Amino acid sequence: MSTGTSGLYFTFKPENAAFKAKVEELSGENIDLCFQCGACSSGCPLTGEMDLLPSTVIRYAQLGMAEVLESKTPWICITCFNCEIRCPRGIDIANVMEAIREMMLRTKYDKFTLDELTPEELRELPQIAIISNQRKLTA
Amino acid sequence: MRLAYYPGCTMKTDAKNFDESTYSAAEALGIELLEPTRWNCCGTVHALAKDNVMNYLAPIRNLIRVEQMNEAELVDDKRVVTQCAMCYNTLKRANAAAKADPDKMGKIRDFMEKEPNYQGSVSVVHMLELIKGLGWDEVKSKVVKPLDGLKVSPYYGCLLLRPREYGIDDPDHPTVMEDLLEALGAEVVDNPYKAKCCGAYHAVHMKEVAADLSYRILKQAQEAGADIIVTACPLCQFNLGDRQNEVKKHQREFEGIPVVYYTQLMALAFGKEGTGFEQNTPDPVPVLEEKGLL
Repeated sequence: MSTGTSGLYFTFKPENAAFKAKVEELSGENIDLCFQCGACSSGCPLTGEMDLLPSTVIRYAQLGMAEVLESKTPWICITCFNCEIRCPRGIDIANVMEAIREMMLRTKYDKFTLDELTPEELRELPQIAIISNQRKLTA
Repeated sequence: MRLAYYPGCTMKTDAKNFDESTYSAAEALGIELLEPTRWNCCGTVHALAKDNVMNYLAPIRNLIRVEQMNEAELVDDKRVVTQCAMCYNTLKRANAAAKADPDKMGKIRDFMEKEPNYQGSVSVVHMLELIKGLGWDEVKSKVVKPLDGLKVSPYYGCLLLRPREYGIDDPDHPTVMEDLLEALGAEVVDNPYKAKCCGAYHAVHMKEVAADLSYRILKQAQEAGADIIVTACPLCQFNLGDRQNEVKKHQREFEGIPVVYYTQLMALAFGKEGTGFEQNTPDPVPVLEEKGLL
């Protein structure tokens, strides 16, 4: 983690600026608007499964910390848009989560493939579940 | 009234009961629904990444079909009616984003050179909006079998209501399903989780997580005294209904509650065939018989 020697200050390096710019470009969101109120995290139905709270993901993105790509959170986010209607700063957090997922998917990363399911499991599922899952989780 | 109707994939398989009851309910209301020829996938999920144009092709292709239907005078106007919440959301958002961005629209046109250009004239509506537009008195006038004594808990899920600018109702306090159910003579039971996620596509690879999210919706409806839950999305229906076996694995005391599509109750109240209850899991027939509705 690119914190300074004492751990009390953060050095914003060119790579941090580049990462942040990429997130903003892909998401179309001005992430600096976030002032860490936590409304997104308090309303999120899936924080129990996450390693970083949604508001923490936004903070990582503000600081251009590429470590956020290793977080479980963007994959747990199911794009229910609850945070989108809660955010008092008008940030569409789901777009930021998608930007982070896309940065991984564009390296030909698959979060989950259907090979991991048994034929019985696959038969039970409606198309809508399979297609939306694969659209979100595969390159 | 003849209108274009985009069903979407799951309506023709796992959600046949939603599709059939949609036709039954529409017929009772004097609406003729016509499917575009050669409709394709709606896109399923809207592409949120700003540079993604590829994912617009599927939804826009469907909207071109609707413009063609209108030009051929097969339908009365340029609306396309949707039912599945994901189809609604994806078509609605792709339509809005393509119209708002001439550069994006240009790229879509260039790519689909064999298609006529999309003029951007279609408006995507949900069946619930259409019914609301007819007026609740009109709905009431078609009821031949009021759903007296049936306690119904409406469930909206996510994509009918959010994001705010594409929702069919107030995302915090929606009332359209409540108003409809009251017009059908049912007693509405409120559920504070009615707009909370059912688990959606986590059902594929994170069964337990989806079951947990669904459980609190089901349990809350039951605690509030509901006999039945209504949904407006095949994926919500799958998670809340078909996957109750998964919920029961984790919540041993949970007894199950029937879940049906809102149009199935409309078809029932309008005295129509094609309610499709035999396709629902768990079986809603016993509770409907107990209430003297079947």
